[in-house]
Amino acid sequence: MQRKAVALVSGGLDSMLAVRVIQEQGIHVEGINFFTGFCVEGHTHAIRKRDRKKPKRNNALWVAEQLGIKLHIIDIVEEYKEVVFNPKYGYGAHLNPCLDCKIFMVKKAKEWMEAHGFDFIITGEVIGQRPKSQRKDTLPVVQRDSGIGDLLLRPLCAKNLPPTLPEREGWVDRDKLYDFSGRSRKPQIALARRFGIEDFAQPAGGCCFLTDEQYSRKLADLWQARGSRQYEMDDIMLLKVGRHIRPKPHFKLIVAREEGEGNFLQGYRRLYPSLKTVSHGGPLALIDGEPTEEDLALAARIVARYSQGKNAPEVELEYRDTEGNARTLKVAPLPPHELNPEWML
Amino acid sequence: MSREILDCRRLLCPMPVIRVQDRIEQLQPGDELEAICTDPGAMNDIPAWCRINGHQVLACEEAGGEYRIAIRVGGGS
Repeated sequence: MQRKAVALVSGGLDSMLAVRVIQEQGIHVEGINFFTGFCVEGHTHAIRKRDRKKPKRNNALWVAEQLGIKLHIIDIVEEYKEVVFNPKYGYGAHLNPCLDCKIFMVKKAKEWMEAHGFDFIITGEVIGQRPKSQRKDTLPVVQRDSGIGDLLLRPLCAKNLPPTLPEREGWVDRDKLYDFSGRSRKPQIALARRFGIEDFAQPAGGCCFLTDEQYSRKLADLWQARGSRQYEMDDIMLLKVGRHIRPKPHFKLIVAREEGEGNFLQGYRRLYPSLKTVSHGGPLALIDGEPTEEDLALAARIVARYSQGKNAPEVELEYRDTEGNARTLKVAPLPPHELNPEWML
Repeated sequence: MSREILDCRRLLCPMPVIRVQDRIEQLQPGDELEAICTDPGAMNDIPAWCRINGHQVLACEEAGGEYRIAIRVGGGS
């Protein structure tokens, strides 16, 4: 009887290798990839025009195609919020709840495994690879809290861990698994070479925006400004786009940095009031919050500062509310020394 | 055999792929689905997803900032 494994596929090298190692042992493997809303995958290419010339691909799909496995992409945006708001094991260096995230994903993969008649789960985890979620003391926590127990096999570091059920039952040969550990990438790169894998993605901070310092700062600011730890899909998408400037606690500006972002923000003009320079070329900016009339003048001066009229005595802008009602504002662009660096998120 | 349109406009990848995947799960082999997207990434991602999951891409077209990907559901899903 051919055994079946479901692999957590991120699109990076480790999960790719883990799948190959298990495929080599005659196991049928299919991949599962989770979309949390914070995935780095693709968005910035889609949004920012200047990135569009780079080859655009979804690495998880690309990896699946290279491996010849099916890939199932699961939308966990709503359920994932609880992981972000209340991580039992806390955050990493930023707002990254890595250990809770791994537990959650393995738990979801277990549900998928059971619903689809698969036998066990594999991941590309390596002891010591990540400071929070991939330590000798936290790997068993993932098994325990997710409920997967010893049906979770980590082919790249299995020899450093107690034998799992697939090993004990002889579904996989433990001798053909690996004993990688630590942050070095050399063993993975050597194994990739052995498999003839030359092209692979190795994102520095993983594949999640929550490991990014600047992104986490913007998310923390959003929670503080709203007085609660909440977000909607549009919020977390917008945190990936434009300059975020908060001149007052009760409102912030999202200013497009280039045409692609401007086009993207355009789609949000029915949800947020906006400012756009009309006398000069300039960016579109959305206003998130409740600015007073006086605040609006300041907002317009800031936006004017990023327009081609930044050195002009006066710049004309159009303010548009979410109903589409427009009016004109004439302001002097804010001089650089008045743009408080603390406003920049 | 059915033919239907799936509106994936304003969705960023991988959401269009997820919508296509979830819809195809409900369809029968031979049925056709046309996804309309605004994220150019869908032009790569949806065909890639179709290739690995055994569905046939009938056409990929761009017109007026929209991307249309026509798919015939395969038997392997």
